Amino acid sequence: MTERTERRDTGASGTSTDVWDASELELEGATMSQEGMEIPLPSPGGDDESGPTPELARAALAQGGTASQWRLVWRRFRRHKVAFVALWVVLAIYLIMAFAEVLAPSTATAQDPDYAYAPPQALHIYHPSEGLGLYVHDFTVTQNPETFANEFEIDTDSYIPVGFFVSGEPYEMWGLFPMDVHLIGPEDPDRPFYLWGADRAGRDSLSRILYGSRVSLSIGLVGVAISLVLGIALGGISGYYGGKPDTLIQRIIEFLMAIPTLPLWLALSAAIPASWGPLARYFAITAILSVIGWTGMARQVRGKFLSLRTEDFITAATLDGCSRPRIIFRHMVPSFSSHVIASLTMAVPGMILAETSLSFLGLGLQAPAVSWGVLLQDAQNIRTIETAPWLLLPGLAIFITVLAMNFVGDGLRDAADPYK
Amino acid sequence: MGKYTLRRIGLMVITLVAISFVTFWIIQLPPGDYVSTLVAQAESRGQVITPEQMAALRVRYGLDDPFLVQYWNWISNIVFHGDFGQSFAYNRPVSTLIWDRVALSFFLSVSTLLFVWAVAFPVGIYSAVKQYSPGDYIATFFGFVGMAIPEFLLALVFLWLGVRYFDQSAGGLFSPEYVDAAWNLGKVLDLASHLWLPILIIGISGTAGLIRVTRANLLDELYKPYVITARAKGLSEWKLLVKYPVRMSLSPFFSTVGWLLPGLISGETIISIVLSLPTTGPLLFGGVLSQDMYLVGSFILILSALTVVGTLLSDLALAWWDPRIRRRYQES
Repeated sequence: MTERTERRDTGASGTSTDVWDASELELEGATMSQEGMEIPLPSPGGDDESGPTPELARAALAQGGTASQWRLVWRRFRRHKVAFVALWVVLAIYLIMAFAEVLAPSTATAQDPDYAYAPPQALHIYHPSEGLGLYVHDFTVTQNPETFANEFEIDTDSYIPVGFFVSGEPYEMWGLFPMDVHLIGPEDPDRPFYLWGADRAGRDSLSRILYGSRVSLSIGLVGVAISLVLGIALGGISGYYGGKPDTLIQRIIEFLMAIPTLPLWLALSAAIPASWGPLARYFAITAILSVIGWTGMARQVRGKFLSLRTEDFITAATLDGCSRPRIIFRHMVPSFSSHVIASLTMAVPGMILAETSLSFLGLGLQAPAVSWGVLLQDAQNIRTIETAPWLLLPGLAIFITVLAMNFVGDGLRDAADPYK
Repeated sequence: MGKYTLRRIGLMVITLVAISFVTFWIIQLPPGDYVSTLVAQAESRGQVITPEQMAALRVRYGLDDPFLVQYWNWISNIVFHGDFGQSFAYNRPVSTLIWDRVALSFFLSVSTLLFVWAVAFPVGIYSAVKQYSPGDYIATFFGFVGMAIPEFLLALVFLWLGVRYFDQSAGGLFSPEYVDAAWNLGKVLDLASHLWLPILIIGISGTAGLIRVTRANLLDELYKPYVITARAKGLSEWKLLVKYPVRMSLSPFFSTVGWLLPGLISGETIISIVLSLPTTGPLLFGGVLSQDMYLVGSFILILSALTVVGTLLSDLALAWWDPRIRRRYQES
């Protein structure tokens, strides 16, 4: 350690392009980005504004005033205001996903045919006679003598008190702990409470959208994870070794890219046996989406490897006698991981949209499972949308999620190369 | 250049053969085959097919032959006779089914494409030249919103708005009185009045994406030294912009222009389903749902072939457009 510090002192002061200096600087970069990696990238309320702590400041001074790459990326990312806000939105959405059971006023399956297609109830705060407190109005339900459909009228005289952390429909938290606490709900669990309306079976739309986020959001992450592993492994081999493996992998990628996406997805999902359970189907769909997803990632990684291979610091590391895995994982991967993370973020919304489209067409997840695409299937028919336009609300959830993720991805891409 | 083209055509043929294998594999993937479909159809009509008849049918269609033999029968019929097989669901040859609908898909795709280009290029260029101006922010905002809305959702919302506020159905291509009418001026005008909506819906996400790409490409070029040189020479801003950076920023566009070819046939499947347009998309979707695998397989094969050809064409177009790339081809 002391030896390196001394060398750094001599090296950092000069502007020499000597190979030894280059390798030394890179070693420095490698260790620093490792330190940086311990600080999680989206650490909220980072230490940049208040300035580094005294120890960190001293360490930074000793290093010649350099910050780790991740800190530079983070600093630059924060300058993109919209992306920064969008990052919080995305985090909030994933938190909502994690605690969907508690946040939902009901469950995804609890139904009440008496309230089929019940319109959204407005949440009031102040009641003239009952005073301050949350409440909703009840409906008066009449059956249309011709169509036998329920017609709902808001009954402004009725009063359904609404409370926080009330006990209602029982559920199993994360499929493990039986609970019945809901963040918000009617104090009498038998009264109707449909903030975002009800579907054809009288199930609460809001609860179903919250539960549906589980599948819709996680399928993007799982699919991207599969694409990432395949893309980095094959792209890395292709770019680092070149020659025959490269040609082979490039041909495979070109081949996969030549097959039109949607017909391929349609055909493959149609081939999933109907007898498969929801979980097996979920993974089959994810795999189908990743079949195409990894190729783009592999191309990008390969391009990075190709351009890095001829960089001075890699030559220096090779001359230093570093092993191949060390060169790849200590020298090459840290210098393009920010780019990879940026393009991963851009890939997640694409996966979410793809799953939604497949499920909307009835080829993705099937009815007992709840995802945003499955929910939108109910809104396929124009007559249904006319009766119950709130069935389009899952689309709003998709829109907000995808928009926020695109913004985050855009900000990350701008910040991925903080030295520009 | 000629040598390069020849080598690419050779590679193309290999890729096409590989694709045809995968397509045939997908056709075979679902349980059941042509004969079991026939039997199911016969049973639904109350007829009974004996096991002996079934066995005879299986032999006749060669269903128990090895995979390679079956593959050869299928592909040789396509290549030598243009026979894509029989659709189970429609009981008609796949090729006539597809050609029936190609004209409209083609028309829809071309008009959408012209719409996208006409909007996206000027907006993208403006957005890059006037970076961080209010106009750029509006274009950027529109770009992100356009990319975040699933197309089918947009179609549903338009359908709902049409019924709710304009009291007209936005689906289909013709008003009821024109559906079966012969072609005349009224029918053409009716078609035009229905077609703008699908074009708009299909075009929005493409426009949004292309605006972003054009803007990013142009921004990469705008601050390069050659632009400053041209400006120093006293070239007018407009001339300078069109002559150098815009030309450079169009290169990525040429490298994807060939992918439009499959788009011309596939139409926009999901939009066409939601708006019930009689394009090839719903046909493909119907085929997938009813496991009409010869229909689906033919689609995949035709579309893949078009993609491969399109990729080659766009590489050649790129070489024509960009002398640097042409040179690289000539060297290799």
